[in-house]
Amino acid sequence: MDNERVKPSRRKFLKSAVTIAGAAIGYQWLKSGQYLLYGADPEDKNVPWYGIVIDIEKCIGCGSCAKSCKMENDVPKEPFFFRNWVEQYTVKNDGSVEITSPNGGIDGFKQTVPDEEIFKSFFVPKMCNHCYKSPCEQVCPVGATYLSPEGVVMVDDKYCIGCRYCVQACPYGCRFIHPERKVASKCTLCYHRLKKNLAPACMEVCPTGARMYGNLRDKNSEIVKFLKEHTTQVLRPNLNTGSKLYYNALGMEVK
Amino acid sequence: MEPGYPHLTEILSHIQGYIFPNEIDLQWGILIVVYPFITGLVAGAFILASLERVFRVKILKPTYQLALLTALSFLLVATLPLISHLAQPLRAYEIMITPHGSSAMAIFGFVYLWYLMVVLLLEIWFDYRQSMVIWSQEKTGIMKWVYKIITLGLSDISPRTLEWDRKLGYFITVIGIPSAFILHGYVGFIFGSIKANPWWSTPLMPIIFLFSAMVSGIAMVMLIYMVVSYIRTKDLDINVLDAIGKYLFFVLILDFTIEGLDQIHRIYEAEESFETIKLLVEGKLYLTLFISQGLIGTLIPLGLLAFLQFYKGRIRLRKTLYFITGILILIGVYSMRWNVVIGGQLFSKSFSGFTSFKVGLIGLDGTLMAAFWLILPFGILAFLLWLLPPWKMVPEDY
Amino acid sequence: MKFYIPPQLTRLSIAFAIFITLFLLLRKLLIPDTFGQYGHYRGDSLTDNALPVVHYAGQQACLECHQDIEDQKQADVHSRIKCETCHGPGQKHSESAEATNILKPDSREFCGNCHEKNAARRSEAVVQIIINEHNTGKKCIECHNPHQPWTMKE
Repeated sequence: MDNERVKPSRRKFLKSAVTIAGAAIGYQWLKSGQYLLYGADPEDKNVPWYGIVIDIEKCIGCGSCAKSCKMENDVPKEPFFFRNWVEQYTVKNDGSVEITSPNGGIDGFKQTVPDEEIFKSFFVPKMCNHCYKSPCEQVCPVGATYLSPEGVVMVDDKYCIGCRYCVQACPYGCRFIHPERKVASKCTLCYHRLKKNLAPACMEVCPTGARMYGNLRDKNSEIVKFLKEHTTQVLRPNLNTGSKLYYNALGMEVK
Repeated sequence: MEPGYPHLTEILSHIQGYIFPNEIDLQWGILIVVYPFITGLVAGAFILASLERVFRVKILKPTYQLALLTALSFLLVATLPLISHLAQPLRAYEIMITPHGSSAMAIFGFVYLWYLMVVLLLEIWFDYRQSMVIWSQEKTGIMKWVYKIITLGLSDISPRTLEWDRKLGYFITVIGIPSAFILHGYVGFIFGSIKANPWWSTPLMPIIFLFSAMVSGIAMVMLIYMVVSYIRTKDLDINVLDAIGKYLFFVLILDFTIEGLDQIHRIYEAEESFETIKLLVEGKLYLTLFISQGLIGTLIPLGLLAFLQFYKGRIRLRKTLYFITGILILIGVYSMRWNVVIGGQLFSKSFSGFTSFKVGLIGLDGTLMAAFWLILPFGILAFLLWLLPPWKMVPEDY
Repeated sequence: MKFYIPPQLTRLSIAFAIFITLFLLLRKLLIPDTFGQYGHYRGDSLTDNALPVVHYAGQQACLECHQDIEDQKQADVHSRIKCETCHGPGQKHSESAEATNILKPDSREFCGNCHEKNAARRSEAVVQIIINEHNTGKKCIECHNPHQPWTMKE
């Protein structure tokens, strides 16, 4: 008497079905885990997928990046609107941290703390992180902020309604409302230059090579090699923004 | 010389610590304080109206239509502060034609429409239909046609059809309650879902907004009921006030508890932003949070309402106390909106410093504009009360 | 018995149908052509964002005329610095070369942006001086050739 409720052949089928389903789910899960690493694997394989590296050890705080950005991208000169800027962190012997960024670093830095009180000091250039899970793109109500196929977060000037929700949502303070164009404005990684095979203005003028951009999908690119050889960190990793701006030698004081 | 930004230059000298350079310009001003305040009044007023209808709180009958029309007046204005605050107000329609599925703000447009078209207008329509038909037959001239149009040309007032008015109206009220919860919970979500801002980002935010909305809406209807009775020189029914006061008392306790819970949780967990927020609360928000919201807007009204639960003596005194309580509660809820919206932008996302905020008087984002949006609903309400006077309705026989 | 539909429901359904149809028509009319082409945004915006004029011409453009300076530069420590780092945006200059449409910064402050002593500048990365003490009253370029800083003029 066959007292099994499921026939062996059917059981075998079920078993393999479950295995396949499990493997598929597991693969999906693993794959989604891989996304965390350098935000790679975009849909369109024919275009680059841009990432940025900033090497804190090389930055000398000259402010050329911030200055060139304003000149290249029609950013108002007043010290309230920046697509990128440089901060100086000074950790004092008493443990307190002083952060300065006079006019975004464009006019240069004056050391504000006397040498004998300084524990350590370093510069941190800031710019849009071009997150691939970007909070600003997530909250835009009309689709005026988007991630381009190349992984560049941009604003549609003709479509932005100026609600400022994206400015609130960016944890890095990289957005502002352009006072004349009345739309959200931010770093485009000099998209207009990239399209003409020119480097972004800030990368072009950096005298020490502290800034680097490149195709994360090309495993032979300079940027991927750098990421392989150095221990890098993104800003605010706890927020899971999928930042593609990787800092080398980032201090824990930096937010 | 480049065009300057004098108001920003002035703020520059008030900055404490370090803030990101783009944070000097505060993005959301007083209009965005007004917006959740107004939306809250809508949700609260509607929920008070639903109490009567769904839970058959007969004593609240005199406030039913009043509450509905109040809700409608404020709802019609609710999005205007938002739109007038846009840098590109003429593009506001885009939010309806290409709403971005992952944006809390985009979906709000549809939540709003649903609430306006499907809930409020329909409920009022079913409730007033019989009266409107009769008015359209009584009046002459243009008003006859106005009523004809708003009845959608339907003049059937047979008992069977009227029975359906009641049934459908009841059905709408029932879906209206969760809709009102969603409407204002959603406003809370617009803030609560911003993970970059630790002062906003809490799952309790929608619930906090909801309960403070109920508090403010109930208080507002109570005040309007008092004022309308005064203007019409009708005697105010103290039992109605007592009933509203009872609900107000319980909702206020809930509201206070949940907000307290949120703060206790924040203090106990003391995450990375805690030191900054502590400085914020003890400094720039001290007056509006502890004095205006906490003491004036919550503790004193709680005391007064508790007292009024037991004190059943001189009616004049009780009326005065209810009136004061209502005003204080509105001040408190307005301060709460201020503390959320403005407070959330005063500290830098670098958690290392603070900017400052000064409200201008004139301009698109000034006090006058905000005051205008706050006064406009009362004008609309006066119009609605003239067009659809609850006291001239056909007496119901059920 | 015939199925009964309350008359107010019929009227309301018509009203809502009209409203929704109008909304859909308007939507079709107002929605930009390329919206949704690549994602939830206006596809044309990609082209728009590629439109702005380039101001920084890039090193290649400079070398077309100024290879001599580049050769000088290569012989000293400023070899890695691009022309436009100091001379500013050069697109206009590369299109019509005039002395007036390119920057020639010569102030002590400008050099100080990199060379002023600062605890955050690593000494092996860049040579630093205290600008208020180092040969005050003279411009840096009176002694240092900016293209070859260690070839002193005097």
